Amino acid sequence: MRHLLSAADLDAEAAILVLDTAAELAAVTDRSVKKLPTLRGRTVVNLFFEDSTRTRISFEMAAKRLSADVINFAAKGSSVSKGESLKDTALTLEAMGADAVVIRHHASGAPHRLATAGWIAGAVVNAGDGTHEHPTQALLDAFTLRRHLRGGTGGLDGLRVTIVGDVLHSRVARSNVLLLATLGADVTLVAPPTLLPTGVHEWPCRVSYDIDEALPSSDAVMMLRVQAERMHDAYFPSAREYSRAYGLDRDRLGALPDHAIVMHPGPMNRGMEISAEVADSDRAVMVEQVTNGVSVRMAVLYLLLGGSTGEK
Amino acid sequence: MSHEATAPETVVLRGARPYGEDQVDIVVRDGVIAELAPPGTGSAAVVVDADGLVALPGLVDLHTHLREPGREDAETVETGSRAAALGGYTAVFAMANTLPVADTAGVVEQVWRLGQEAGLVDVFPVGAVTVGLGGTQLAELGAMAGSAARVRVFSDDGKCVHDAVLMRRALEYVKAFDGVIAQHAQEPRLTEDAQMNEGVLSGVLGLTGWPAVAEESVIARDVLLAHHVGSRLHVCHVSTAGSVDIIRWAKARGIEVTAEVTPHHLLLTEDLVRSYDPVYKVNPPLRTSADVEALWEGLADGTIDVVATDHAPHALEDKDCEWGAAAFGMLGLQTALSVVVQTMLLTGRLDWRGVADRMSVAPARIGRAHGHGAGVQRGATASIVLVDPEATWVVDPEGLASKSRNSPYRGMELPAQVRHVLRAGRITVRDGELAS
Amino acid sequence: MTNVILDGSDMTRAITRIAHEIVERNKGAADVVLLGIPTRGFPIAERIASAIERIEGARPDTGSLDVTLYRDDLRMRPARALEPTSIPAGGVDDRVVILVDDVLFSGRTIRAALDAISDLGRPRAVQLAVMVDRGHRELPIRPDFVGKNLPTSVDEQVRVSVSEVDGTDEVTISGGTR
Ligand SMILES: [Zn+2]
Repeated sequence: MRHLLSAADLDAEAAILVLDTAAELAAVTDRSVKKLPTLRGRTVVNLFFEDSTRTRISFEMAAKRLSADVINFAAKGSSVSKGESLKDTALTLEAMGADAVVIRHHASGAPHRLATAGWIAGAVVNAGDGTHEHPTQALLDAFTLRRHLRGGTGGLDGLRVTIVGDVLHSRVARSNVLLLATLGADVTLVAPPTLLPTGVHEWPCRVSYDIDEALPSSDAVMMLRVQAERMHDAYFPSAREYSRAYGLDRDRLGALPDHAIVMHPGPMNRGMEISAEVADSDRAVMVEQVTNGVSVRMAVLYLLLGGSTGEK
Repeated sequence: MSHEATAPETVVLRGARPYGEDQVDIVVRDGVIAELAPPGTGSAAVVVDADGLVALPGLVDLHTHLREPGREDAETVETGSRAAALGGYTAVFAMANTLPVADTAGVVEQVWRLGQEAGLVDVFPVGAVTVGLGGTQLAELGAMAGSAARVRVFSDDGKCVHDAVLMRRALEYVKAFDGVIAQHAQEPRLTEDAQMNEGVLSGVLGLTGWPAVAEESVIARDVLLAHHVGSRLHVCHVSTAGSVDIIRWAKARGIEVTAEVTPHHLLLTEDLVRSYDPVYKVNPPLRTSADVEALWEGLADGTIDVVATDHAPHALEDKDCEWGAAAFGMLGLQTALSVVVQTMLLTGRLDWRGVADRMSVAPARIGRAHGHGAGVQRGATASIVLVDPEATWVVDPEGLASKSRNSPYRGMELPAQVRHVLRAGRITVRDGELAS
Repeated sequence: MTNVILDGSDMTRAITRIAHEIVERNKGAADVVLLGIPTRGFPIAERIASAIERIEGARPDTGSLDVTLYRDDLRMRPARALEPTSIPAGGVDDRVVILVDDVLFSGRTIRAALDAISDLGRPRAVQLAVMVDRGHRELPIRPDFVGKNLPTSVDEQVRVSVSEVDGTDEVTISGGTR
């Protein structure tokens, strides 16, 4: 593994290696070892063109627990106001000797560009690009699913995962469909037709417009954030109609099998896609997702940087 | 025209094959083809060895962006003229989306003059349909038509004339001076922030889709409008199978519509976008292989009249960035003929006469480019391109004459090489290099 | 050219001897924790524990200790999968930790293991048992219990096979310029 740009970069063997590595690292952390010397002398840059404190902190903790030097680079320049170009920023990071760049960018494909344009030599980790992918989120979700529902080892063969919400704009959904399918899970996407991407029927998953049909046969349900503002672009008539048709409330929670868990990548819109009651119930594993995120990101950084770097 | 002031001597193109047919000596005198003589019999002070080279009428590009005035860092009329001449062109139509926009007689005359000063190809300015390409108020179309530039093609290219009433009026108005509206067919609401063809791949790549219907719905509306008001309509860069169908339907009904396709839409597909390399970002976007096949068929059967480059130079910083921030467009002038040879001639879809028609005769006719597209025949203006059909070459953007480097064909091996070009009897390109 | 240095019964004898030495040295094995370094150090540690059980009647705690994350030579080769680490419930504080590995060579693995142990707690003592000591130390580290001292040249390969992992028990040497 040279970069982690897409969940599609991982075959089942590579994905399980990441999960197994994360499991070992989680065990180390559980033994109250706060810091490992593994990446001493390596520099990890968190290059965030988009605000995401939770993802940045997760990567920062992961890198620091492995003793890497961490530079947080909050780049100016959003989709609206042009700041320093991606290329100039990349050249700066290269001059600083970055061994890995963790990038969050509002433009789909920006991490690919960073990895392939020849601007930098280090490893690139996609921490979320536009409406494309967020592979470490998918890895932490797979890790959480495996821990709860598959005894913490192997793949996810036959596991039934339902992902509900704004799939069209969700990088989390894209990465999860790819990764969970690679690991053998049966994924069902549930959304109003307006919030499903063109061509979704060719994805390795099932598609439904009916959450109530999908829930009783789900081992896990993952709720995606839905922005109420989407109604202004006519994706749905009103927040209330969306929430009624696709939100996870107490009644729908009751329709899930007893062993099923509820996930959400955060930040949640309580009252929109998920009711406060469900979010706070013992079926919800959001806090654990956050914890697992650090382990999974440690694993990714270790596998990218904890050896000789690829082609060199 | 100014080139007549420097009347060239007699030139013999020895052993050329008009349209790839029998060898002749093409004798050019006073800017006109004086004679097609048996090979080896023509004599003159200037003899060009054209042994076995295919002779075609000088190419005419109905759709070029020369960026001057305003973005001289990307291209100028002069550098664009060089690229055009080296690509086998003797005339190009320069699109109006410059800074300032070519929406007045003053700007179009400036562009026309710059073309004459460069002296390599006739640069026919395209006039904007609406003021500042704003889509709300007609530009002074008559003034541009009556200017020294004699504008006959009007287009808001880059933007679509999406207001149906404005489009209707424009179609009607230009009838007074035999003009034509060249429509960039793109429904703006359906393509807000659009980045690539809408389909399975756009969903996977997370790039906002550009649905075929956004192009096809405008073409459908416009052919009906053109029919209703009895005007000529030209459709720029047709890119989808559905657009070909609509134009075929319109032509069958006798509607006066013509259409163009770009070389890149004949050769490249959306799969290239997987790289997220903005060199493949173009408007309209690269489509699917099914669309490409429909375009081949449409160009072969005459539904599509013209191959036009949509040559769109961009400065490095506008392409050396992430996909979403990059500008739309690709270079095309120096590669167009080779791409057409590869996709249409070598596959048997067109013969050399067909290539000449789609790249010279038809665009000259649509744009009313007098003295161009006249054919390789006695008495015609001697605007001729001589092509080595056997040669192949590898595209190196660094070696192209354009000021910009955004060629999507980098590293590709393409067939056919332009060897010599005459424009109205004067040699502009000799042995593949600009004649000094 | 591959030569068998120890066969299965040689290894069994070596393990039994090491078990006796551990018991003797530590006056019993009550406080002993055997930590095998994966992959092959772990089954050897288990066998030593069984041998001690036969001598003492009680089996000492065992565990495995992967030291990959503590290595200082990670950049020499591609990133490796981590092996399991399992520490006995009682931990290592105030106990005698005996590190068990198959081959002692440069000593870098043991240095990493010492770092790993110090993150786990504070043992009363740390001792080292290896099946083969082949020399060429790059650090001031020496074993307390050795199955076989084997003089080698640097370019030779010493391989310890254990049936739990490799299906057979033997120690071989190959390569080199002898
Ligand atoms: Zn256009």
